[in-house]
Amino acid sequence: MRKFTIILLILTLAIGFAYAKKNQITCSGSTTVLPIAQAGAEAYMDAHPDVNISVRGGGSGVGIAALQNGTVQIANSSRPIKSKEVSACKAKGINPTPYAVANDGIAIVVHKSNHVKDLSVAQIKDIYTGKISNWKELGGASLPIVIVSRDVASGTFEVFNEKALNGAKVVASAQLLASNNAVVSAVESTPGAIGYAGLGYITPEVNIVSVERVTPSTSTVKDGSYKLSRKLYMYTNGKATGDVGSFIGWLQSAAGQKIVEEQGFISIR
Amino acid sequence: MQIMEKSFKTLSYIAALFSIAAVFGIILSIFLEGLPLFKVVSIQEFIWGNAWYPTHGEAPQFGIRNLLIGSVYATLGALVIAVPLGLGSAIFISEIATPRLREIAKPAVELLAAIPSVVYGLFGMAILAPFIRELFDLSTGLNLLSTSIILGLMVVPIIASMSEDALSTVPKHMREASLALGATQWETITGVVLPAARSGIVGSVLQGFGRAIGETMVVLMVAGGSAQIPGSIFESLRPLTSTIAAEMGETVMGDLHYRSLFAIAIVLFLITFVTNLVAELVFLKRRLK
Repeated sequence: MRKFTIILLILTLAIGFAYAKKNQITCSGSTTVLPIAQAGAEAYMDAHPDVNISVRGGGSGVGIAALQNGTVQIANSSRPIKSKEVSACKAKGINPTPYAVANDGIAIVVHKSNHVKDLSVAQIKDIYTGKISNWKELGGASLPIVIVSRDVASGTFEVFNEKALNGAKVVASAQLLASNNAVVSAVESTPGAIGYAGLGYITPEVNIVSVERVTPSTSTVKDGSYKLSRKLYMYTNGKATGDVGSFIGWLQSAAGQKIVEEQGFISIR
Repeated sequence: MQIMEKSFKTLSYIAALFSIAAVFGIILSIFLEGLPLFKVVSIQEFIWGNAWYPTHGEAPQFGIRNLLIGSVYATLGALVIAVPLGLGSAIFISEIATPRLREIAKPAVELLAAIPSVVYGLFGMAILAPFIRELFDLSTGLNLLSTSIILGLMVVPIIASMSEDALSTVPKHMREASLALGATQWETITGVVLPAARSGIVGSVLQGFGRAIGETMVVLMVAGGSAQIPGSIFESLRPLTSTIAAEMGETVMGDLHYRSLFAIAIVLFLITFVTNLVAELVFLKRRLK
């Protein structure tokens, strides 16, 4: 019995070492970028068995902090890095370098039963700052508006806040939910709700509202005519080289962007 | 044998030391990370400020009053539901049930404690909240009522099992004396057993309070997350815990927002610390009696 245990122990160690010999890439960060990084890593590892990529979420801020501390090679971020973060990185000798890996549109969504089909940016701002509180003011049924927003620290909120609200404060009665999925499912089950989420998270169970008469789609996000769009990034320390460089390069290539599109995002090519 | 004895002692000593070190490490780090906030934001502004806009571009605001009151409302709401249910089950299990029924009822109540909080949250979000919304014809089901019900269910096993312990330590002769004097079973329970077990029951309620105010997953999923003081039980709220959980992941490490989340952790820590202290004192008093 004891012999058996020892053999097992040696075997595990041997397998462990064999694994450690693989080229290890770790990336963490934005939950919005997570599905792209995950699906991309899986496909890349299938083609390159000698590389092992581990992907974690955590949030854009967590990813960039991890890059700054040198615990990951890639930080995923759904927003451009902030100047404060750049200086914190520089202080540690880290030089964050952005690689755009996907385009994303932030879609405004309402309940299936809602007849409002289009909103202007000004109307969206009035809703989220509490000036408009009933759908009848927007040509819909007489129903109080339930405002669903993302937590104020998320990359999605930041882009929405900047592009739709022009930096205005969201009214305190707005529900703040912690993920794209939570927003979509809350809107799905609440007749008076309005919410927003990355295009990759929109399900057929909610209605997409066009903004300034432009519906978010591959072409309108790419040419910039859809107002609420953004790029998703991977940050590396300095120029990405070696396995990290070839992984990001592959993700930006036609083959990688196909996976980006399969995940519901929009190609950068 | 001597060596075994000694090494066992040393091991348990190290284990105890390790948890003490961990506790102090955590306390120290939340204070170190959180206190620098008060160089910029005054304590009064932090506790009584009514606007929580930590990431606003020009003028971020760090007032947690609405979040603090949200936490207190959710916790009191939970206790309103959990105290009668928990105490009721404790009385039933300890005083009324036949031994056979007790064998079934006790583990059933304790099973409530075995359900992970994320499962409670999922149940609340997907089933209870839509039900509440339709039942009362509301605009949203993610509100104080749903939160209180779910949190209350989570606290029931704590109050039930601790109160039951307290009730069962009431000496048998007290019940017998009461019944012998002609009191009914109901009179015996309310007039003799409950008063005798009072401190244990109060302790269980305090423990339940601590559990509810610290609970994060459920409030994150069910409370709706509006940073307002709910005007009725049908409005959304945002407790302290869910604010930390929702915002920590995306915040810039080391900036003011990050500090403010640790400052919230300090407030939560102080609340649970005082609650636990009071609960301990209540128990101590009972033990000394």
